[in-house]
Amino acid sequence: MAGDRESSGNVISVRDLVRTFPSPRGTVTALEGVSFEIRKGTVTGLIGPDGAGKTTLLRILAGLILRDSGTVNVMGYDPSADPLPVQGSLGYMPQKFGLYEDLTVMENLDLYADLHAVPPSGRKDLYAPLLSMTGLGPFLGRLAGKLSGGMKQKLGVACSLLHRPPLLLFDEPTVGVDPVSRRELWEILHTLVRESGATLFVSTSYLDEAERCDDILILLDGRILGAGSPADFYTEVRGHAFELESAGQSPRSVEPGISVLPGVVDTVLTGSRVRILMEDRSPPVLPEEFEHFPLHPVAPRFEDAFMDRLRRTRGGDGKTRLPRQLHRKTGRSGQGEEESAILVENLVRDFGTFRAVNDLSFEVKRGEVFGLLGANGAGKTTTFRMLAGLLPPTGGTLRVAGQDVRKSPSKARQNMGYMAQKFSLYGQLTVYQNLRFYGSAYGLSGKSRTDRIQEVLEFFELVSYRDVSSGILPLGFRQRLALAVSLMHDPEILLLDEPTSGVDPAARREFWRIINGLATEGVSVLVTTHFMEEADYCDRLVIMAQGSLLATGAPSEIKERARTPQLPSPSLEDAFVSLLSRAGPLQETGK
Amino acid sequence: MKDGGGLGGRASLLRIRALIRKETLQILRDPSSLAIAFLLPFVLLLIFGYGVSLDARHVPVAVVQDSRSPDSEGFMAGLRHSPWFSPTIYPDIHSAVEALKRQDVDGILWFRENFGREIHSSRNGPIHVVVDGVDDNTARLVEGYLTNVWQTWITLRNERGRESSVFPVTLEPRIWFNPDNRSRDFLVPGLIAVIMTLIGALLTALVVAREWERGTMESLFVTPASMGEILIGKFIPYFVLGMSGMALSVLMGHFLFGVPFRGSIFVLGLTSALFLSAALGMGLLISTVSKNQFVAGQIAIVSTFLPAFILSGFIFDVHSMPKMIRGITHIIPASYFVTILQTVFLAGDIPGVIVPNSLALALFSVFLFAVILRISRKRIG
Repeated sequence: MAGDRESSGNVISVRDLVRTFPSPRGTVTALEGVSFEIRKGTVTGLIGPDGAGKTTLLRILAGLILRDSGTVNVMGYDPSADPLPVQGSLGYMPQKFGLYEDLTVMENLDLYADLHAVPPSGRKDLYAPLLSMTGLGPFLGRLAGKLSGGMKQKLGVACSLLHRPPLLLFDEPTVGVDPVSRRELWEILHTLVRESGATLFVSTSYLDEAERCDDILILLDGRILGAGSPADFYTEVRGHAFELESAGQSPRSVEPGISVLPGVVDTVLTGSRVRILMEDRSPPVLPEEFEHFPLHPVAPRFEDAFMDRLRRTRGGDGKTRLPRQLHRKTGRSGQGEEESAILVENLVRDFGTFRAVNDLSFEVKRGEVFGLLGANGAGKTTTFRMLAGLLPPTGGTLRVAGQDVRKSPSKARQNMGYMAQKFSLYGQLTVYQNLRFYGSAYGLSGKSRTDRIQEVLEFFELVSYRDVSSGILPLGFRQRLALAVSLMHDPEILLLDEPTSGVDPAARREFWRIINGLATEGVSVLVTTHFMEEADYCDRLVIMAQGSLLATGAPSEIKERARTPQLPSPSLEDAFVSLLSRAGPLQETGK
Repeated sequence: MKDGGGLGGRASLLRIRALIRKETLQILRDPSSLAIAFLLPFVLLLIFGYGVSLDARHVPVAVVQDSRSPDSEGFMAGLRHSPWFSPTIYPDIHSAVEALKRQDVDGILWFRENFGREIHSSRNGPIHVVVDGVDDNTARLVEGYLTNVWQTWITLRNERGRESSVFPVTLEPRIWFNPDNRSRDFLVPGLIAVIMTLIGALLTALVVAREWERGTMESLFVTPASMGEILIGKFIPYFVLGMSGMALSVLMGHFLFGVPFRGSIFVLGLTSALFLSAALGMGLLISTVSKNQFVAGQIAIVSTFLPAFILSGFIFDVHSMPKMIRGITHIIPASYFVTILQTVFLAGDIPGVIVPNSLALALFSVFLFAVILRISRKRIG
């Protein structure tokens, strides 16, 4: 094995790596002086939001792109100068897994075995453990394109392991995979490293996956934000985390007040509590109105360390103090006999023989933040499109703001703001022009439009970006603009489809602060997410799997159901996993 | 675990075989490549083969007779029997003009009141001919054919001895290589060359772009397979597919359109192989520039099909082009293949034409693949 050439314990060492890309608006720096080492036989996680530079880094290590400057050593070779020896002993899995969807599982395996010159005689023995580990055995004859997301990723892993590479580079193998498959994938990865002594360098945008790694490298905006073992990170923030019970009061109305207290780094909602991260071990000094609320110290999370590091590198600037008021028209709850903002009953949608949404029922009350949770392919986006009147349902009832979406979709849409998964903004138009256009599209004109634009610009802190092309805004701001656009007509109901996917945690916080602010003012919000911790910010939620409803209720109720003696305080993800594995009689009807 | 790494050797052959097998399975399962190779030439040949014709047949013309006379009736009969025209009688010139405006007819023949008189006295045929000049080509044809019919009629009339012979010399044209003078015989071989240009470039440009889009190229790059092996693995299956499409086109040309085939299959096969290599090479070159199927398709059409259509001499005569444009036709592989195919179909294996044009095609292929190998690296961006 090529790994034997290594005398030191480091399989990868990188010094002052810089890589820039030309772009129409000047040079973009993807990696800015990155240095790190990866020890042999470890699992190292490369953690960072979209656009942090993870893929660029992995591609440089695999010899697929060149660097501008710095030194890179992979298993004793420079991958830019000597790509073939590196690639020959590398197990590489790109983000869009390189499977041939029109080949079967077996044909994919054979192709990669051939390309790596694995002798045909030994293949049976080689495939057997891989197939049993990944559970792909029964599906050998199935086309790769017809596998579920989790299975595809497992096949991708299997294909990159056929030549028993000493080094594995995996680019976001768990993205878009349901929590159960995610856990299984991590099991597989760990087994692999343990049994073969290989080294694994794996990128992810899920912060909660950090604790599954031996070492962690946090990458943000092309720089290393931190490196070390999970324990190192936890130690930094041990004792800094607290939870405040907001007895009786909605945590959503309490949280903004807490977030601006001195010494507070970060606040998030978890169920009925406010989780507080402090600069040090001293608990927050609560103002009088919250003084009687019980405050508990809690164990730190990896995200705490991330937020703390972020504050220290970015300066005190890491948090915002939003809630200014976004003016809402008065007396608009006129049609308010209808208690529910959204009512879905026995919703069904078929695509040919495939049932994408199966007998789904739930209700979103006014002023509620309601979550729709599920892995890719669970039917979330299909449900959303039906709610927005973009896709006719096969059967069932859909009422939004008291209007039957099937009968009068345009009336329903007047009271609804919709933010699609891929922000539908015009990249060449400025922030102002986008707002103006969508304002007109919703029927605003003259002074009312001008006023609304100004108001929205101020509320979303977009004033300084007013004349910037929206295509070149940072992702977090683009997402804010997309939300601003969907709020131009002052809707009562907001549908947000994966609004925070790919955005860094700090930007995600701010976004949720905005959502919370809107909810406090009576806007009903329906939001889909695959971040489990975000589901904790919702008042109530629905968990979907394969088009069907798996569970519904407040986050605490759902967690309660997963409580076992072995797992006294389950997380939402634990609950999700146990729900899925218990999935005998799936349906519970939403009330 | 040993990996082959370099080019050549058993491991390299194994990888090429694996890539070819993979590509073949994909071709068989994904109808889009098969559609490009077979459906596209089929449809294009049908459309162009039947649609593009430089002959005018059964051109609708309006006939207006102010006064009927045996002479005008006689001329009408000649018109009816002519394969070029299908005449319709209109009562007066106004309705005929209306018909022309509606494009019901392409021309008007107007026998003025004095036709019968004048024809005897002066032989200066006072027929009024109006031709729709919108379609310049048809207009000229209609004009020419009408004159032709007119002259035939005069000749016949004279032979019947009513008057002394006006034309002492008879012109007897003899046309070589395309004795039927059917423009289709001449067009279809050229058309095949133009269609194969598009298909060759599309096949490779699209499938390589597809690998980029689906992310499989990235995985392929991080295997010991070299760029040369990957290119060969793409070239061979699509070469076979392209040759099959070529065979289909040739069979259609011969059996459906009745184009004679006077050359040998061997020469046809050899020159087609050379041309297809250049066309596939063009596609591979496009795919190294564009990694998106839509853009690759656009580039393939604009950079191969259009120049081949306009500048290959298949329909527009190269010799009548300005000097500079004529220079450009030399760097279009299709122009050599058009000449070869027209020769092989209509004239036979004529070494003086086949050899130099084949050499030009071979040069193109070698040049294109040299460029591709030079600029292709196992790199992203």
